[in-house]
Amino acid sequence: MTTLPPLFADWFARRGWSPRRHQLEMIAAAQAGSHALLVAPTGGGKTLAGFLPSLIDLAERGPRPEFGPGSGIHTLYVSPLKALTTDVERNLMTPIREIGLNIHVESRTGDTKQSKKQRQRDNPPDILLTTPEQLALFCAWGGARAYFADLKCIVLDEVHAIWSGKRGDLLNLALGRLQSFSPGLRRVALSATIDDPNLIAEWLAPGGRSEDVAMVRGDPGAAPEIDVLVSEGRVPWAGHTGQHAIPEVYAAIQRAQLALIFVNTRWQSEFVFQQLWAINDDNLPIGLHHGSLAAEQRRKVEAAMARGDLRAVVCTSTLDLGIDWGDVDLVIQMAAPKGSSRLVQRIGRANHRLDEPSRALMVPASRFELLECQAAREAVADNAFDWEPRHTGTLDTLAQHVMGVACSEPFDMADLYAEIAGSSPYRALTWEAFEEVVDFVATGGYALRTYDRFARIVRNADGKWTVRNQQIAQRHRMNVGAIVAAGTLNVRVASRRGGASKQLIGGRKVGEAEEWYFEQLSPGDTFVFAGQVWAFQGISGMDALVTHATGKDPKIPSWGGAQFPLGTSLAVRVRRMIQDRDHWRVLPPDVQEWLELQEQRSLIPDADSLLVETFPRGSRHFLIAYPFEGRIAHSTLCMLLTRRLDRLGVGPLGFVVTDYSLAIWSIRPMDALDWDALFQPDMLGDDLEAWLEESFMMKRTFRNCALVSGLIERRQPGAEKTGRQVTFSTDLIYDVLRRHQPDHLLLRTARADAASGLLDVARLGQLLTRIVGRIRHAPLERASPFSVPVLVMIGRERVGGDAADMILEASAQDLIDEVMEDAPPELQGAA
Amino acid sequence: MNAALRETLTPARRACGSLSVRVMGEVCVLRCSGALWLPVHGTLVAGDLHLEKGSAYAARGQMLPPYDSRATLDRLEAELAELKPDRVVLLGDSFHDSRSIGRMAPDDRARLDRLAEDRDWIWLEGNHDRDALGAERVNAAAFAAGDFERLVGLPGRVVPELSVGALYLTHEPETQARPGEVAGHLHPCARVVAHARMVRRACFVTDGRRLILPAFGAFTGGLNVLDPAVAGLFAERPMVAALGRDRVHALGWDSLV
Repeated sequence: MTTLPPLFADWFARRGWSPRRHQLEMIAAAQAGSHALLVAPTGGGKTLAGFLPSLIDLAERGPRPEFGPGSGIHTLYVSPLKALTTDVERNLMTPIREIGLNIHVESRTGDTKQSKKQRQRDNPPDILLTTPEQLALFCAWGGARAYFADLKCIVLDEVHAIWSGKRGDLLNLALGRLQSFSPGLRRVALSATIDDPNLIAEWLAPGGRSEDVAMVRGDPGAAPEIDVLVSEGRVPWAGHTGQHAIPEVYAAIQRAQLALIFVNTRWQSEFVFQQLWAINDDNLPIGLHHGSLAAEQRRKVEAAMARGDLRAVVCTSTLDLGIDWGDVDLVIQMAAPKGSSRLVQRIGRANHRLDEPSRALMVPASRFELLECQAAREAVADNAFDWEPRHTGTLDTLAQHVMGVACSEPFDMADLYAEIAGSSPYRALTWEAFEEVVDFVATGGYALRTYDRFARIVRNADGKWTVRNQQIAQRHRMNVGAIVAAGTLNVRVASRRGGASKQLIGGRKVGEAEEWYFEQLSPGDTFVFAGQVWAFQGISGMDALVTHATGKDPKIPSWGGAQFPLGTSLAVRVRRMIQDRDHWRVLPPDVQEWLELQEQRSLIPDADSLLVETFPRGSRHFLIAYPFEGRIAHSTLCMLLTRRLDRLGVGPLGFVVTDYSLAIWSIRPMDALDWDALFQPDMLGDDLEAWLEESFMMKRTFRNCALVSGLIERRQPGAEKTGRQVTFSTDLIYDVLRRHQPDHLLLRTARADAASGLLDVARLGQLLTRIVGRIRHAPLERASPFSVPVLVMIGRERVGGDAADMILEASAQDLIDEVMEDAPPELQGAA
Repeated sequence: MNAALRETLTPARRACGSLSVRVMGEVCVLRCSGALWLPVHGTLVAGDLHLEKGSAYAARGQMLPPYDSRATLDRLEAELAELKPDRVVLLGDSFHDSRSIGRMAPDDRARLDRLAEDRDWIWLEGNHDRDALGAERVNAAAFAAGDFERLVGLPGRVVPELSVGALYLTHEPETQARPGEVAGHLHPCARVVAHARMVRRACFVTDGRRLILPAFGAFTGGLNVLDPAVAGLFAERPMVAALGRDRVHALGWDSLV
């Protein structure tokens, strides 16, 4: 067994700690010169385990030579969050100071001052903490090869949050670059517990050889205590805000020291924040934290948490990752968690000590959500995590990397191909595809070859590719990165100027929010933002103009439910729970009654079959299906089904989806349809293709690919191109390119992105295959108990204005009465 | 808006989806393509083609698709085939920059010649293409002969402005316009929100005294008509005619955002 060097062993002893098994195993892996992946739950000293080998190595090295070999950066630390680098710098300085090590640590993010960045170049620290975007920038810099020649180790933190996307692609390509600068470089990754750590080991290893990575697993912590809140013994039929349980949530906050209340969307966070303050008789300091608030406001809340000044914070996934801001002792999850991995992450926020159980309270907003919460609780107990697919690197990120390399130094095509094919996400890249990417980087890759004389990269006398001039290189460096922020608008308080021009003048800035949100508002609509009620007035340039709203009831549109669709593993568990009558006994009585009523009125489907109900209601005919595959896959399915229903002459009028079910309504009855034909998996062929071409989602996706690949520049010297302008011009470019070169590399990339992300086509494909020959149709006289949540959604889509909530409530009750009519008296109480 | 104006502005729908209005008494057909058809004068007017905008960006290192000129000429050709105008007037900014003509693909350039055959083809100068057209006019022989309108390589002729009936065609709208002014330059577009979706389209703007055309070019962006640069040109609320897929939609000023 490896032991700590005396200097470190003494420090552990002084602190009253003993080194954990996984920390020693990480040191052993370093001594063996092996790459390493540490998979451990929050609170296990994971970050320290990642750094210990470097600290030991640096302590043994002694004073650093001023120049020559060994004078460069020793260890590079990369985190997906800027805030995390600051946090880690603070935590890393403690052992360095207390042991008395002569180790120089600095951080470098987009916020670092230019003068400091220059100093870091001239005089590199021993350990540099940075982000993937800064690393990509380093790779596009002329001095990169010499600068990183001494690099011994790179530590990638929170790697589970980043590996399977475009940022992960870019980071992996950068790893390959660094490895070529310093062939002995050791790769170390730290991950939260995930379903299949081997996928990350494969991602991390050069050439995807996971056997070259030492897998270190942390000890599981004490099992968390998770409760599901059933307000006054009752669970609402439908809804997704959890409004009914607010008083009990407040009571839970009163009993805790510091509670984190997680919600799934920022608009939900505003709503819950408002509701809590409305009953905050004790004036408890309750804060709000989400991504749209002005940065200073977020910092204030974080600082107050760290000081222990707050009793509760309502937050979104902005607090998901491993930042330690105080002694949280209770995590409340409002509405269903949607995935077991996310739930475990969030619960990990409570109590950063491994040996004490974390406490969490889940608040289901509806009966399906209750099933989901129960499934999540069981999944956590079983250590079952969400399954993630293997990821193939995208070509737009590769184009950005190739351009970066050309900006850094001339490259030989065959050498660079070998380097890139050694990067795990690009293992399957063919030479032809690589040539196509290089051509795209040079001239845009157009069949009409009129741009050869404008090429951005050109071959030099040695036949190597290099950037044409320094202006082009500079512009590339300004646009590096794989996160394309949605276009955001400044939210400003406005006053109205008289006259026919309807001119509004923007004043004080309240915060920022996504453009799409305002696009669906009409002037006069009221909404909650930063804890206050505003009336939307209009958009002017980059500003959304708002005025203080006099009425107290905001419209709060775009409830939209969760941003995250229901995860695959929870979906399976919910389906099994519904099928298994013995399992019902763990559920609250009213939910059991609801399931029994469904069994009487319609059907309880098997876990592998699909229940389809049809019934008339009002002047319409309804089709309700229950795939339990998440909103995204359901939306795609509805788009495709309505196309087919249209061809069958049924006259589909509209559809809505939830995470559990979907509803389509039509002019003519749908009872006599051939269900197997309707749900034939071949809909993912031509129907999908035809629909995609018309979809506005494709334009959004194309815009992202155009920005990441460098076709469109977000920033230009002198002026930043705004998100709004970019959106508009890429739409025109998309239309023209689609007509004149439909097989262009960027269009293909955009189609693949849309299929995997926005449409969840893979998941839909699995569903359609699973249910072949297993569709169970229940022709009904009226709506079933299961159909209530999705039917209530239809009501929500129709109404608008201030009375929306009242109308909604009333129509939901009507519907429930209708469903309960003629039910046996003992079940009437279930309503 | 006074009653007489409202009368002339009440749009008439044509079979092809175009709208017909009167500006200073002249019949103006607002086409789905964004072009203006003056049937009485056999004249087709199109504003702001911005040919070779894609290659202008490419020359500076942003490789936008090189198909914009082709797409724009496709649409112009379709209009010529359908309307068979005796005269075509391009309202300025027909070329994106001073070197656009030289960058045109030979096919596109040849097509321009073909389109201009057997008709009066008139270029008005705009701020973007004054130099491009100016370079074409350096023709000593023609200059000596007092023929200032002839061009070296391009078909047609260049004029600073043009009167057609009661209308007066120019590139840039003037703050104090002569009645009957027809101009481009601003690339107006209209935004409406309905059914929780925002729609933004290029549009015509007219109050019956003057008319502003949308940009005809494939890559041309737009300026919201509520912007003072457009709205400020009209003393009274103008009518906005937005380009739909196969029809032009007359929009009320109050429905715009």
